[in-house]
Amino acid sequence: MKDEGRITGAAHDSVIHDSAIKHVTGRAEYTDDITEPVGCLHAYIGTATVAKGRVTALDLSAVRAAPGVVAVLTEEDIPGHNDISPTGLNDEPIFTRDVQFHGQPLFAVVAESRDMARRACTLAKVSYDRADHATDIDAAEAAGYPDVTAPLTLARGDAARALAKAQHRIQGRMRVGGQDHMYLEGQIALAIPGEDDEMTVFASTQHPSEAQHMVAHALGVPANAVVVNVRRMGGGFGGKETQMNLFCTVAALAARATGRAVKLRPDRDQDMEITGKRHDFRIDYDLGFDDSGRILAVDGLFAARCGWSADLSGPVTDRALFHADNAYFYPDVRLRSRPIQTNTVSNTAFRGFGGPQGLIAAERMIEEIAYKLGRDPLEVRRANFYREGADVTPYHQQVTDNILTRLVDELEVSSDYQARRKKVLDFNAKGGVIRKGIALTPVKFGISFTATWYNQAGALLHVYSDGSIHLNHGGTEMGQGLFTKVAQVVAEAFQVDLSRIKITKTTTEKVPNTSATAASSGSDLNGMAALNAAEQIKARLVAFAAEKWGVAEDAVQFLPGRVAVGADIVPWDDFIKSAYMARVQLSAAGFYKTPEIHWDRAKGQGRPFYYYAYGAACSEVSIDTLTGETRVDRVDVLHDVGRSLNPALDLGQVEGAFVQGMGWLTSEELVWDDAGRLRTHAPSTYKIPLASDRPRIFNVALAEWSVNPERTIKRSKAVGEPPFMLPVSVFEAIGMAVASVADYRECPRLDAPATPERVLMAVERLRG
Amino acid sequence: MGKVTMTVNGRARSAEVEGRTLLSSFLRDGLELTGTHVGCDTSQCGACVVLVNGQAVKSCTAFAADLDGAEVTTVEGMANPDGSLGRIQQAFQDYHGLQCGYCTPGMVMSTAALLAENPKPTEEEVRHYLEGNICRCTGYQNIVRAVMAASGQDVGALAAE
Repeated sequence: MKDEGRITGAAHDSVIHDSAIKHVTGRAEYTDDITEPVGCLHAYIGTATVAKGRVTALDLSAVRAAPGVVAVLTEEDIPGHNDISPTGLNDEPIFTRDVQFHGQPLFAVVAESRDMARRACTLAKVSYDRADHATDIDAAEAAGYPDVTAPLTLARGDAARALAKAQHRIQGRMRVGGQDHMYLEGQIALAIPGEDDEMTVFASTQHPSEAQHMVAHALGVPANAVVVNVRRMGGGFGGKETQMNLFCTVAALAARATGRAVKLRPDRDQDMEITGKRHDFRIDYDLGFDDSGRILAVDGLFAARCGWSADLSGPVTDRALFHADNAYFYPDVRLRSRPIQTNTVSNTAFRGFGGPQGLIAAERMIEEIAYKLGRDPLEVRRANFYREGADVTPYHQQVTDNILTRLVDELEVSSDYQARRKKVLDFNAKGGVIRKGIALTPVKFGISFTATWYNQAGALLHVYSDGSIHLNHGGTEMGQGLFTKVAQVVAEAFQVDLSRIKITKTTTEKVPNTSATAASSGSDLNGMAALNAAEQIKARLVAFAAEKWGVAEDAVQFLPGRVAVGADIVPWDDFIKSAYMARVQLSAAGFYKTPEIHWDRAKGQGRPFYYYAYGAACSEVSIDTLTGETRVDRVDVLHDVGRSLNPALDLGQVEGAFVQGMGWLTSEELVWDDAGRLRTHAPSTYKIPLASDRPRIFNVALAEWSVNPERTIKRSKAVGEPPFMLPVSVFEAIGMAVASVADYRECPRLDAPATPERVLMAVERLRG
Repeated sequence: MGKVTMTVNGRARSAEVEGRTLLSSFLRDGLELTGTHVGCDTSQCGACVVLVNGQAVKSCTAFAADLDGAEVTTVEGMANPDGSLGRIQQAFQDYHGLQCGYCTPGMVMSTAALLAENPKPTEEEVRHYLEGNICRCTGYQNIVRAVMAASGQDVGALAAE
């Protein structure tokens, strides 16, 4: 029975994903499911087969002559700019003859069928003047490769002086691997030419406005000629924040050249060979601390494999530095980034956006201290948490909302950490083949785009005269439940059931100049923009009712499914109908910009983050010291999402992020061979976690007492990225199990991912 | 080209196909049954799983021409006769066993095959059976809960939240 006193689907309710029924019945429409226009053609991209060099001859005669081929496009066939650099550096051509990585696009074929286009691609005859290439950080450094974008330094105090004076000083190096997004739906774009200079693109993208601008630049038309639409993505994770630009522009160029609709869907191998991934890092740290385990000074150099162009490497490496403190106060500190160029795919956004690679370095340093002093790492963590009087980050933002002590204390109890740690130590003391480890690690993650201007959002809300509501905003749906959450906010504002609200595709026609759905900001930004639109309409409705009924404005109240006007109760639909008849504007464009944030990159100072999201995880693992095989026995998570907009969806984000982060740190390994070819370009060789890989016991809880102290949407917090770093606890637990073979005398210094090979090598190394 | 006839979701469907036409293409392009998704093209990810004569088959690596006379069920054929959600569909919906939804049809079909041969699987059996279906969003927790619920078992007994 429906409760007349309450709407269904209000904010904070655990309602199901808005597309759930469509997903389980197969009726949810992805870009590849859209009915193709009459005469639709298919494109495919021809790529370079060397890692670096100049194309001296590009003979495409056999390609053009192949069955079904309608057109072939090269860099000469671009009417506008041959560039899709998202930061305006002009360093990312669509097609090129100056090859910078194996798999770089050289041309595209447009044919009557996808199969014909793929087959024709293989007929190209390409000659190269090869040059020496460098695929990793060390080789690029040795060859004197430049940075792809300006590096960043964050500093406070005098790290060099403090290090020289420190009681203990440890220098070390850590390598952290990259990660492929492995979104289940690959990249895809469908371009449909329109009248005059118009082009409509359907694509799987987190950033329709950027795709719109890139297509416009490539075609040499203004932005108002291009429309980009996306109803949903089959996963994004950052892999569709800039990486769809290539596919959108090539499909649009092909559609312009042929005057017909063109679809472009690379196969999985090409998708993985062409698109950027999470940056792998080489981190050098110089750490000073005292006998009590307090950190005195840190000097860190964070070198990242950026690939051939800048893409988002600047902000990604910046965010690595922003999280190189995780939750710990560094009295004297200097952190530097080194975004180095390599002859590989141009690495890009991936859930956490460099933050995880910074955070894991902080946790490595905690391990160093704990092993050196023979202490429980959790004690060392607590000794270094931000606290009153020690609350300024390396970027000079004060940490004022620190709830981590409470969170960690609660998790320590609920996970029974102390007793289990003792059991683990006792188990290992028996000296068997199987060794165990346990670790409890925290997460503090800064929320806001560090590109301050990105922290804005728009929404478009229509209330139709029958009382039904149509909602659009600039955010995109990739499974995270953004559409559901924003609709809950609107339902709550109008006090109507969620079922009265229709959510349709994100399109640049409805909301312009949007930001990427990224940085965990989707609900924060778009929820507020939608609320702003709802408040505008409500204000008009209140003024209308006050005048028509002759009551004060505060006598008008929105109740579940009805409106109270003085002593009268008017059903919602009737109320809206009378407002329409009285010529009240029932549509509004909402807008929001995050307050209070500012960032001076040159000085390395400011308040880049509106607030922080917190979390902690306790993980216990077993390793086999003869094979390196790892098993996660139990995980307990306590995570902070403020006042959750939808606890069921938020729990799903935490669980999914945890397992994805576990993959990053344990099984997912990218391998390039000597020729510069990516050899892990399909799920057959690139191993993401399976259903059977997950923790044997997996207890996930939200910190229900947490309320965002900032005025965010319904006092919730962002949830997309922060939980991705919780599985650092798994990684560190593996390290403890490894360290047990040398009686914990030495920091295990595992590099990530801790694959069975690496675990085995670390065991052998520690055994000496 | 040759003629192939199959029963798809209870309906006889015939078409002229090339020898190399994949079952996934036959369903998606020929019959507009786009609930069957192609994720990796190489039978690794499981988004394309359908039932062929009751067995779970990855349709991206099966030839339509080989399946003359077969009985094929896709996710579009999983609803009850009255159009309401089937019990597996209902469980995936109720237990939030989905996020982006791209793997969902394959998960639903693999679950149907599992429960046909093992109506009350243990959690470990579920996790082992679903190894051929990749999900990148959920961490599998709610998917496993949904499968257990669809088999009529107590989901509260799972080691979940």
